[in-house]
Amino acid sequence: MRRSRRHFLTVSATTLGGVLVYTLDRKPRRVHAQVAAQSGPIKIPLRFFTEEDALAIAAATARIFPSDESAPGANEAGVVIYIDRQLASAYGRDHYRYTQAPFTEGVPEQGYQGRQTPREIYREGIKQLGRFHLLSDSEKDGRLKQMENTLFFSLLRTHTIEGMFCDPMHGGNADLIGWQLVGFPGPRMGYFDDVDQHYGTPFRPKPASLAQILGRPVRPGEETEP
Amino acid sequence: MKTFRPVDIVIVGGGWTGLTMAKELATRTPLKISVLERGGPRKTRDYVDNMDELDYAVRLRMMQPIRDETITFRHTARDRALPIRQYGSFLPGTGVGGSGEHWSGISYRYYPHDFRRLSHLVEKYGRERLPEGCAVCDWPITYAELEPDYDRAERMMGISGKAGNLRGNQIEGGNIFEGPRASEYPTPPMKMPHLAALFRGAASSLGYHPFPLPAATTSVPYTNPDGVARAGCSYCGYCERFGCMIGAKAQPTNTLMPVLARRNNCELRTGAWVRRVVVEGGRVRGVRYTDARGEEIFQPADLVFLASWTLNNTRLLLLSGIGEPYDPETGKGVVGKNLTHQVTIPAATVFLEKPLNGFMGAGSAGVAIGDFDAMDHAATNFSTGGALYTVCYGTRPIANFGFVPPSVTARWGRDWKQAAIHYYDRTGLIRFYGEHLAYRGNYMDLDPVYRDRYGDPLIRMTLDWHDNERNMVRFMTARAEEIGRTMGAVEMRPFQGLKHYEATRYQGTHIQGGTIIGANHTDSVVNMYLQHWRVPNLFLLGASAFPQNPSGNPTLTAVALTFRAADAVVQRYLKNPGELA
Repeated sequence: MRRSRRHFLTVSATTLGGVLVYTLDRKPRRVHAQVAAQSGPIKIPLRFFTEEDALAIAAATARIFPSDESAPGANEAGVVIYIDRQLASAYGRDHYRYTQAPFTEGVPEQGYQGRQTPREIYREGIKQLGRFHLLSDSEKDGRLKQMENTLFFSLLRTHTIEGMFCDPMHGGNADLIGWQLVGFPGPRMGYFDDVDQHYGTPFRPKPASLAQILGRPVRPGEETEP
Repeated sequence: MKTFRPVDIVIVGGGWTGLTMAKELATRTPLKISVLERGGPRKTRDYVDNMDELDYAVRLRMMQPIRDETITFRHTARDRALPIRQYGSFLPGTGVGGSGEHWSGISYRYYPHDFRRLSHLVEKYGRERLPEGCAVCDWPITYAELEPDYDRAERMMGISGKAGNLRGNQIEGGNIFEGPRASEYPTPPMKMPHLAALFRGAASSLGYHPFPLPAATTSVPYTNPDGVARAGCSYCGYCERFGCMIGAKAQPTNTLMPVLARRNNCELRTGAWVRRVVVEGGRVRGVRYTDARGEEIFQPADLVFLASWTLNNTRLLLLSGIGEPYDPETGKGVVGKNLTHQVTIPAATVFLEKPLNGFMGAGSAGVAIGDFDAMDHAATNFSTGGALYTVCYGTRPIANFGFVPPSVTARWGRDWKQAAIHYYDRTGLIRFYGEHLAYRGNYMDLDPVYRDRYGDPLIRMTLDWHDNERNMVRFMTARAEEIGRTMGAVEMRPFQGLKHYEATRYQGTHIQGGTIIGANHTDSVVNMYLQHWRVPNLFLLGASAFPQNPSGNPTLTAVALTFRAADAVVQRYLKNPGELA
């Protein structure tokens, strides 16, 4: 699906983490917050959402996984960028599901039987969110509470967690913020000497992404699949 | 359709059982073998780029593409089956190595009583105690007969563990309830991550007999009897749903392919989707498949092995019209009967005070207790067993973020976030896997509505739990809670009980039955050598032969049975092709 006009999400550098690692126009690039702060707001090209969509989704993920005095959240991690890329990719078109008809409602133990793709579920959910980013925090929470039992909300919550904790090559977990929050060191090559040590005390190697560990870029699934 | 030049042997499926058979036949005979694998090629060195939770553990890139083919499922024959549209309760792998690439590597032997399950239950508790509708059978072989083949399978894979019964002598620290072993495990037990140590301490203090999980994630560098060398495990925590990037986890690609690569009488064809076994005059003539370019090919062969996993072995027989499909109404027919899964639950989620450093681990680094596999059921309302255990497979954050104790009710927002961050590395699972009996109403047949990418009918599972499983789960959940309290849990979330079979909750890729092993052709599909009763040049390898699930994970037994079948083929069948039993 081609859009007539390219959409960008414009964010101020201060809302994002220290070092953003993401792909602009599918080319790997690093944006340092300090540099970005000097050059003004960052314009992130969107692949699926319109700017309005992205603002609403970003605001919703920020209520699911808020930034607070204890720790950063979905906004700093760039969760909306992660979701935008997933929906633009094969996943958004339902590549990971058996989609042959007939579609019939079943019992919950048979799993989701609907016809709607993740993209379609989002389109409908975004309509329900409305101009969500313009609401007050308590209004936002009230609206999300009304939507709690929808398929859209459950996908959004799942995607928020994915965007917080995925490898940064997928567009979320900027600056490894999510991994730092929980003490996950990334896909390191092993812990032979440590696995049966440190009982009951935190052992927290510095997090590193797959590309940092390998010393070369790795292409994420959303850019290599049909 | 193109017809290729005949080969001596075709093996359908390049996973553990298919490639074990290929190795045995290629090294012990000069016969020309073709292994037909539906998925693509793979190598250990590919796996380092795959250490990405999203692409591999969430989007499941090592599994059969579900958009091309799935399984339909319903609870009873009265219900309408619908396709499992997204993977849930099990994850069938594809590509060279099959599910043997992405497995965890927990490698149990079955107990001696598992092989004479019907007789054992009747002797102990009387025929009247058998659950209603139960279809449990004895195997036509005993543990003692299979023991040498278990030993071969363990040495080939370099299984790590601690024996609990060496030639009848019980050894503390191993599983003292296991059947007698001729020899110790080929490699010592895995190291013990913190959660496993907590579980072991608590289980010991409650009087149970904890033992380290037998692990195909080899604890030390190991060279097997075929001369294949593998590294020791580094506890990186990327086992299940991933291929091992250093080859420490025994996988067909690192354990069998190196042997086959040295032989010139075995070829592996990838992208070969076998759709029919062609039988004429009571003998297999070959197989028909569609290749990666969509071309239809007939591959003639003198001897055919199906090793395409439980569901597809059954499906290929049904699609090819080989044998009588099972009818649950009349009990007649054999193909598709005795479908079982495994009763696998997170028995208790334990919230602890101190961090676990849970990112360090391996798919089979853990501790289990076998006390409930050996328990007496005289005073219980169930007749089956299983193991409570904990495994430190290496927690990764997408799958493991969000667990909060019962005192936190929020599922999103600030309170949830803060609690979930606090408990992220303070949450441990006490798991249970238990025996799933066969029932007359649980079976497989072809779906009348849904089809695969080529238009062939999907396999349909009719499957539900019975009271025996529900009662067992209630009992084991209470035992898990006792262990959790002893581990010092701040709070706990017990399993909420087993109701109906869920295709949505992951329970292990351990599906059994459909082409079961037995003593005669009226009750079973294959004989004790996995040879088809009616079509002597057709063998079916894998857990499709298991008449029921005997609590433990099936891979080691599936490989042991393959060795046994290979001996019978090499020593007897090839000299005199015909019925082996």
